[in-house]
Amino acid sequence: MTSSKQALAHPATSADAAPGSQPGAARGAQGRGTPPQDPGSWRSRMYRWDMKASPYAFIAPFFIVFGAFGLVPLLYTAWYSLHNVQLSGLDHQTWAGLDNYKNLLSSEFFWNALGNTFTIGVISTVPQLLMAIGIAHLLNYRLRGSTVWRVVMLTPYATSVAAATLVFTLLYSWDGGMINWLLHFVGVDPINWRESDWGGQFAVSSIVIWRWTGYNALIYLAAMQAIPTDLYESAALDGAGRWQQFRHVTIPMLRPTILFTVVVSTIGATQLFGEPLLFGGVSGSKGGSAHQYQTLGLYMYDQGWNIGNLGKASAIAWTMFLILLIIAAINLLITRRLRKSQ
Amino acid sequence: MTTTELTAPQAETKTTTDGRPGRRRVLGAGKQLHAGPVTYVVLTVFALVSLAPLVWTAMAASRNNERLAQSPPPLWFGGNLFKNLEAAWEQAGLGTAMVNSTIVAGTITVGTVVFSTLAGFAFAKLRFKFSGLLLLLTIGTMMIPPQLAVVPLYLWMSDLGWSNQLQTVILPTLVSAFGTFFMRQYLLQALPSELIEAARVDGANSLRVVWHVVFPAARPAMAVLGLLTFVMAWNDFLWPIIALNQQEPTVQVALNALGTGYIPDQAVIMAGALLGTLPLLIAFLLFGKQIVGGIMQGAIKG
Repeated sequence: MTSSKQALAHPATSADAAPGSQPGAARGAQGRGTPPQDPGSWRSRMYRWDMKASPYAFIAPFFIVFGAFGLVPLLYTAWYSLHNVQLSGLDHQTWAGLDNYKNLLSSEFFWNALGNTFTIGVISTVPQLLMAIGIAHLLNYRLRGSTVWRVVMLTPYATSVAAATLVFTLLYSWDGGMINWLLHFVGVDPINWRESDWGGQFAVSSIVIWRWTGYNALIYLAAMQAIPTDLYESAALDGAGRWQQFRHVTIPMLRPTILFTVVVSTIGATQLFGEPLLFGGVSGSKGGSAHQYQTLGLYMYDQGWNIGNLGKASAIAWTMFLILLIIAAINLLITRRLRKSQ
Repeated sequence: MTTTELTAPQAETKTTTDGRPGRRRVLGAGKQLHAGPVTYVVLTVFALVSLAPLVWTAMAASRNNERLAQSPPPLWFGGNLFKNLEAAWEQAGLGTAMVNSTIVAGTITVGTVVFSTLAGFAFAKLRFKFSGLLLLLTIGTMMIPPQLAVVPLYLWMSDLGWSNQLQTVILPTLVSAFGTFFMRQYLLQALPSELIEAARVDGANSLRVVWHVVFPAARPAMAVLGLLTFVMAWNDFLWPIIALNQQEPTVQVALNALGTGYIPDQAVIMAGALLGTLPLLIAFLLFGKQIVGGIMQGAIKG
């Protein structure tokens, strides 16, 4: 503490003297904010302690709550995944080794769920992000009522999974549903969305697409607005038209944002749960009558809280985590490659 | 170059319609071409797709079950809206659910905003050992999916006798890594270090600094984070469905029960979906601009 000189100049500073009475000039002379007490006094010791401890106190709530409800459970889930834990007899937990995992890998429903998660993930993420880039590009023009457009595009984000899925389930219903009714105008026979294999996956994906396209569009729009103007000006000087500017300036400059949204959407797709649960109605946790759209998230819920095998549910959770880590690693590799090639 | 620098701020005030303070970035002023009619047509199509399911929900909720099963589907409002809303309210227990969701989302919002501001302030403006590492850890936690915690949390909450109680849903979501990072990025720019120093010179301790300097400076970002958190907490699905049952549901849990079949009346189900979404839709009408701004701000800086 450099305050000793100043404190000596003001020996009257005591516990009850208002600290605010210090001359304002002290600030300019001192540079860093140090209060004017005698370094040995109770007050300045409190002050130093406060300076040292308060940063940790401020970040403590996050780490305590996250530790207790995120990190410790994460490790316990690994522990439970090596045990036989049944919902019906929580007190009888017996060591099972890798049985839950072996059981998982030999279960056709696990592979089915993995495949469904992958296909639904692809057919929901790819069109969603492509459309989002397109919409962002349009929103990036100087528009009348630009805020209104943005808010309207984001409205589906305010709709919960539960509400949106209930509505889409009715829209997709076999008889009298809006979608089949619209399809008959273009000569397509009614499709049994709920029962058919790809129909259900398509329907579930469309709910995801509807809810998240506008959100991603805004993220792209933000990134587009941060692209320096000169890039477009020089591209225009080189004779690039609007489409070429979009391809050769906008898309390359968006690359980090695109990667970011791909990662976020992939994480979201891996955890897909609410949409297939509600779309399936009574057979929801099975992901439809023949498990057509049972995702990994749903499979975990079904095994844990429907069948009651919490040990296996834990194993599924950890398998999902490992898959996410692999995806993250692949992403990292791709990013590096892209950087090198640039 | 001087001319663009001179004109840029003007263009910025014109294009920044979401009213974010403290943005120094030039918003690509020169390239912002006026939208042609095709742009408006395409955007209108997307806007209709965004809004149509919600408007149609209201139409379906105003009909009756028999009408909904017939083709063509209703394309206008019927006269049963209030009857169905009442039925959904009673049969799905939406009254309790609304109260519960308000308590849950409200508490989570207040907790997340306050804790994120405190931690964000520490990471942005205070010097302490391991701050860089701890920040990295905070960001890293965003990668961990919520499914990984669900089984132990369920077991512990049962042990504590907390199953079906609201604190079970509130506690694990009370802090947010995203919120912490969001506030840090905001405070880095929006809170001049001189202000903190001045308060220090005046003898303010850390709590006074937080109360009189940090919170006022952070207010715009706190509002945006609060809105984003409320939307997220209101719509949360996985953990509430596992932790709560039908006696103490949140709105999402109640809607799930409506959907999984014990009420066969589609019009009532649509009325329930409408009611469950209504609070957020109203929030969107009032604060849509801020929510949009918050997502775009979080995106640039995140």
